[in-house]
Amino acid sequence: MIKKGVGVLDNTEQQILAPRTKVERHSSMKNQLCRMKHRLWRMTVALASLLLTGVAAADELNLRVGVTDISRQVYDLHMIIFLICVAIGVLVFGVLFWSVFNHRKSRGAEAATFHDSTKLELAWTIVPTLILIVMAVPATQVLVAMYDTGGEDMSIEVRGYQWKWQYKYLDEDYNNTLSFFSVMSTPREEIYNQSVKGENYLLDVDEHLRIPTNRKVRFLITAEDVIHAWWVPDFGIKRDAVPGMLNELWTIVEEPGIYRGQCTELCGKDHGFMPIVVEVLPEAEFDAWYASQVSSELVRQESIGEAMTHEELMAQGDTVYGTYCASCHMANGEGVAPVFPAIAGSAVAMGPRDDHLKLVIDGVPGTAMQAFGRQLDPAQLAAVVHYQRHAFGNNAGDMSQPQDVINLSNGQ
Amino acid sequence: MANSAEVDKSIYYVPDSGWYPVFLAFGLMLMVTGLAGWLNDVSAGGTGDATQSTVGFAIVALVLYFWFAKVVEENTAGLNNESLKRSYVWGMGWFIFSEVMFFAAFFGALFYVRAFVVPWLGGEGDKGITNYLWPTFEAAWPVVQNPDPELFVNPVQSMAAPGVTDVSAWGAYLPFYNTVILLSSSVTVHFAHDAIKAQNRNKLIGWLGLTVLLGAIFLVLQVAEYVHAYNDLGLTLGSGIYGSTFFILTGFHGFHVTLGTFMLLIQLFRALKGHFSENDCFGFEASSWYWHFVDVVWVGLFIFVYVV
Amino acid sequence: MSEVIHADHHDDHAHGPAKGLKRWLFTTNHKDIGTLYLWFSFAMFLVGGVLALVIRAELFQPGLQFVQPEFFNQMTTNHGLIMVFGAIMPAFVGLANWLIPMQVGAPDMALPRMNNLSFWILPFAFGMMISTLFMEGGGPNFGWTFYAPLSTTYAPPSVTYFIFAVHLMGASSIMGSINIIATILNMRAPGMTLMKMPMFVWTWLITAYLLIAVMPVLAGAVTMMLFDIHFDTSFFNAAGGGDPVMFQHIFWFFGHPEVYIMILPAFGIVSHIIPAFARKRLFGYTSMVYAVASIAFLSFIVWAHHMFTVGMPLAGQLFFMYSTMLIAVPTGVKVFNWIATMWRGSMTFETPMLFAIAFVVLFTMGGFSGLMLAITPVDYQYHDTYFVVAHFHYVLVPGALFSIIAAVYFWFPKWTGKMYDETLGKIHFWLSFVGVNVTFFPQHFSGLAGMPRRIPDYPLQFADFNMISSVGAFIFGLSQVFFLYVIIKAIRSGQPAADRSWEGAKGLEWTLPSPAPYHSFTHPPAVKDEEVLG
Ligand code: HEA
Ligand code: HEA
Ligand code: HEC
Ligand code: CUA
Ligand SMILES: [Cu+2]
Repeated sequence: MIKKGVGVLDNTEQQILAPRTKVERHSSMKNQLCRMKHRLWRMTVALASLLLTGVAAADELNLRVGVTDISRQVYDLHMIIFLICVAIGVLVFGVLFWSVFNHRKSRGAEAATFHDSTKLELAWTIVPTLILIVMAVPATQVLVAMYDTGGEDMSIEVRGYQWKWQYKYLDEDYNNTLSFFSVMSTPREEIYNQSVKGENYLLDVDEHLRIPTNRKVRFLITAEDVIHAWWVPDFGIKRDAVPGMLNELWTIVEEPGIYRGQCTELCGKDHGFMPIVVEVLPEAEFDAWYASQVSSELVRQESIGEAMTHEELMAQGDTVYGTYCASCHMANGEGVAPVFPAIAGSAVAMGPRDDHLKLVIDGVPGTAMQAFGRQLDPAQLAAVVHYQRHAFGNNAGDMSQPQDVINLSNGQ
Repeated sequence: MANSAEVDKSIYYVPDSGWYPVFLAFGLMLMVTGLAGWLNDVSAGGTGDATQSTVGFAIVALVLYFWFAKVVEENTAGLNNESLKRSYVWGMGWFIFSEVMFFAAFFGALFYVRAFVVPWLGGEGDKGITNYLWPTFEAAWPVVQNPDPELFVNPVQSMAAPGVTDVSAWGAYLPFYNTVILLSSSVTVHFAHDAIKAQNRNKLIGWLGLTVLLGAIFLVLQVAEYVHAYNDLGLTLGSGIYGSTFFILTGFHGFHVTLGTFMLLIQLFRALKGHFSENDCFGFEASSWYWHFVDVVWVGLFIFVYVV
Repeated sequence: MSEVIHADHHDDHAHGPAKGLKRWLFTTNHKDIGTLYLWFSFAMFLVGGVLALVIRAELFQPGLQFVQPEFFNQMTTNHGLIMVFGAIMPAFVGLANWLIPMQVGAPDMALPRMNNLSFWILPFAFGMMISTLFMEGGGPNFGWTFYAPLSTTYAPPSVTYFIFAVHLMGASSIMGSINIIATILNMRAPGMTLMKMPMFVWTWLITAYLLIAVMPVLAGAVTMMLFDIHFDTSFFNAAGGGDPVMFQHIFWFFGHPEVYIMILPAFGIVSHIIPAFARKRLFGYTSMVYAVASIAFLSFIVWAHHMFTVGMPLAGQLFFMYSTMLIAVPTGVKVFNWIATMWRGSMTFETPMLFAIAFVVLFTMGGFSGLMLAITPVDYQYHDTYFVVAHFHYVLVPGALFSIIAAVYFWFPKWTGKMYDETLGKIHFWLSFVGVNVTFFPQHFSGLAGMPRRIPDYPLQFADFNMISSVGAFIFGLSQVFFLYVIIKAIRSGQPAADRSWEGAKGLEWTLPSPAPYHSFTHPPAVKDEEVLG
């Protein structure tokens, strides 16, 4: 298949966007109206040219070709089915409109009296059936190719949370070797139109998922709370992340680059804000990155118990809170009543420290409050709890240290 | 044009407009909103206030009473023609079909869980890889070891039937008795119908009374079974998928038996009042069809919930 | 009639409607009830449409402008629920009430009091559902498909009210359907055999069957939700041995037939309007009937095409792909038959015909995108994107909704004895036609480009299409307000209509005076082939 427009870098931009500078587009409110008009006009032109020239040619209006063998097969299949439908459409609507124009009373048409024809009716039962069979053959082939699991070079567990993704690199025995969260990093100011929307608006995360080129990567997809769906359009793969159940997915990517996708199953409030970013590295580069991550992770683990000052705790706590907690308890700590309780003035945040720590470590089973003990390290946990106890007007006046977290966890 | 202002009554009976439907709809709304408020309050740890739902239920019950009384009255006054009676037959038939589909949802859930979900969670079948998430879970039915016993406490024991050869155990197995009771009640209600056809009122009353009695005994035993499950077997609604399917199927069945018994009881009162003739006994027939339907559901239940 | 029983009632039904509010609250008359249904559904359409406008306003530009994500989800959910259960379905039931007794030559519906009950449950049920929007924690926010566990463990408390509202709607639909079936099977004028029944009656017979078969399943699904929420069961929780995906299977076992419930009566309507304005008998009556029956049958075995991405075994995927594709065959037969009906007819293009032709074209386009969605491996790319949104709006808005509008224009003279203003009708058509395409056609592109559904904000590359779509939505919405104006104007000051209001209209209803008498056929009419078959 033609690799039209497949770029080395971010396909989202290369294929979908006509070249333009977004920074400029959003620079001032004054020009907004003018730009809208311009945009509308451009779209009208695009639509018209699309209808005139045939849709296949218009790349930015069509499915992405993608960068894997599967995604190209999918694209081809899409085009086959689409063109067959267009052909049928042209034929059917052609006959219809011919009749509409010619068999009208105002042109003196007299109504015929026929109202049945077994032959015709059989024909338009059988011919579509045959067409469908023609469609089903390649469809089946592509599907079977997609189900060709096994023989993978590496496995990664992908776990959806409200509203972030966790990636765990697994060894052959499914042991976790490296894991991290990936949270959207688009600033609130951009979302609330207080600052210029950046290049990858809503499509940026703090930590990319990194995979190597040319290796068969297997994803084990699941979720912690509700159903999410993991989709990278350029790979041609999408699968629901179902809590308590596991789905399998695989890909082999040939082109290095950064590929972006979004959660595609309604998962609550911030469903629109949990993007997926996969960075595909050349094999050697990936291996180096992976090794360094694993070893630096070990180093980090060792330094975790060290005590911190109030300022250090507050600073780290602020970051952790913003990344992990603010989506529910809100940046101002007011929550969203009654589903997400406020932290400001919360009985827990003002009450005994260990109860607060425990609640955050273990979560509240059966609610959206997750067991953060499994997501954050002791330093982060201590920091965020300390922060919650001393922000939003709360003033518990105590200290929470990483060692306290470790003690509490061991005590269980 | 064959169209005068009056409808030909022999062909079609147009009932008066009346207040029943609107009030019934209103009562239903009161009842369910009250129930929802009550449930939410209780689930949030409150005590719950059932006043509104009780009032709603009372309205529903009253309206139904007046409504049916009116229909019976119209019928005894000879207003109902053949066409309307056929409509009633169609109506009841399709209503029972809708009930069949309601149970089909729960049976479907049971089959799906048994055929797919439990094996997958336990590491078998096409999605056996799911076992990665529940390494200690093993597929078995009935499920007495839940994937996460902390959230869903394991039952001590299931309700499953004893082995076929274990005669002594069957002797102490309540569902077995319940099956016998319900099956015989289908027979007795049939005899009651024969009695109507034979214009023998005493027999009708006898057989119908016996049916109602059997229905009541079934319900008592069912309650005893639930008490046993909760108290002795630790089998509750919260004990995982086995308890969930068990109670929802037997529970909704029990609810339908209650309704059926009540319907038959009303027919019994009507029989005592002298209603029904050999070619006009739709109220009785409808109730008896319903009864047979409840019986058939039980057979399915007994086989798939208890035995297999 | 027994004097004893009726001494205390005024015998209203023989002479015409009672006066005032009582007429509408207590009525047992199929026309009154039909009118109630139609006005109710139109009101719900406006409410659902306003919610759609909130969605479109928010999506006009990237960034959050008007609403918060939480509220946006409630808008999406309630828009879907209200349109499906409040607008389209009751509108079809209303049309059934008005038309079926007239078309089969009966005085009224088979079970008139239950008919009234079916209707009056609805305002209460929707009152309940809409009131949840004002409750603490907000209304349903989990999509009209309410997938567990977002709709159970993670739902706002108002979900309990939502569940009971769905129970009530289900009860209403089941009773309505029982009534329709009993009417059709039991009350046809002598001589009207099954294969002489008008197409609208046929499609409704089958639709009613679908409803009775699947509404209880929906009731079962929400009941299990209720138990998972309040009684600790684990139907949809793997930790207890259940499966969230099981919810989807049960939901879509209902949900897929449900979408055909919203299109089969539309097929019936179009099968009346096209022959009338082509002045030619419906082509292939028999195959039309069989096609509808086949679609209904197939609709029970395709449900999992909504779930291609949940991770089903390969054999399941293939089965559901093939069975779904098959639906194109009987649907194609219908489309071809309509075109063959127009072929060598003597056509005029009054408003109902315009809507009917637009229906054929635009529904078919929606069908094509449906077929594309049916192709499993490609659906992975389309699923839960705006491509799906475009698909189902094409089959629902210029499909179901256009057919309802066409039906209103077509039978309006029979109902009221008055004619609407043809020019205004045509303006309404063209505004709607343009509006609907400007709204939903670009959504194909944003979908293919990768825009997920149910998001309040989107990456920048989708901005253009969304802006167009939002503009279209407002055009389309306003043109429906214009529709209201056209109808009200016609009711107040329309020209008197002839009994056979359209030259080519055939069927028993056109043998009645316009407006039709309160009790349509007080005596069974003679059924003549050339009348009922057109
Ligand atoms: C009126 C309602 C209606 C109708 C009639 C249809 C009709 C069809 N639908 Fe659609 N559908 C919906 C309403 C409807 N749908 C809704 C509401 C959803 C989304 C639900 C949600 O998730 O919220 C949906 C979603 C949906 C999906 C899931 C997509 C996804 O979520 O990923 C699929 C997949 O297979 C699908 C397929 C089809 C098919 C194959 C038809 C067929 O019936 C179409 C058949 C018609 C034709 C094909 C055109 C005419 C035929 C010819 C001219 C003959 C010749 C043609 C050929 C041989 C190609 N639909
Ligand atoms: C059944 C029929 C139906 C109909 C008729 C419509 C009609 C419309 N729909 Fe909807 N839609 C659905 C069924 C329907 N929809 C479903 C099932 C979903 C999926 C929900 C989900 O994801 O869960 C959906 C989802 C959906 C979405 C996706 C939301 C998302 O994914 O987040 C969008 C977005 O554009 C949309 C838009 C519209 C628009 C613009 C109309 C327009 O046609 C509406 C036009 C009408 C009006 C605008 C009303 C006119 C009134 C006025 C202008 C003012 C009147 C004033 C007063 C009353 C005071 N719909
Ligand atoms: C996905 C949503 C979500 C996220 C993210 C989240 N919480 Fe919560 N949180 C909840 C919910 C829901 C509750 C209420 C649980 C209950 O019903 O008791 C809660 C309760 C709490 C409480 C108790 C408040 C009270 O007064 O009862 C604290 C403290 C808390 N969370 C801390 C945190 C911290 C710290 C983080 C981040 C590290 C966090 N939460 C992230 C949803 C969330
Ligand atoms: Cu996660 Cu949507
Ligand atoms: Cu479907």
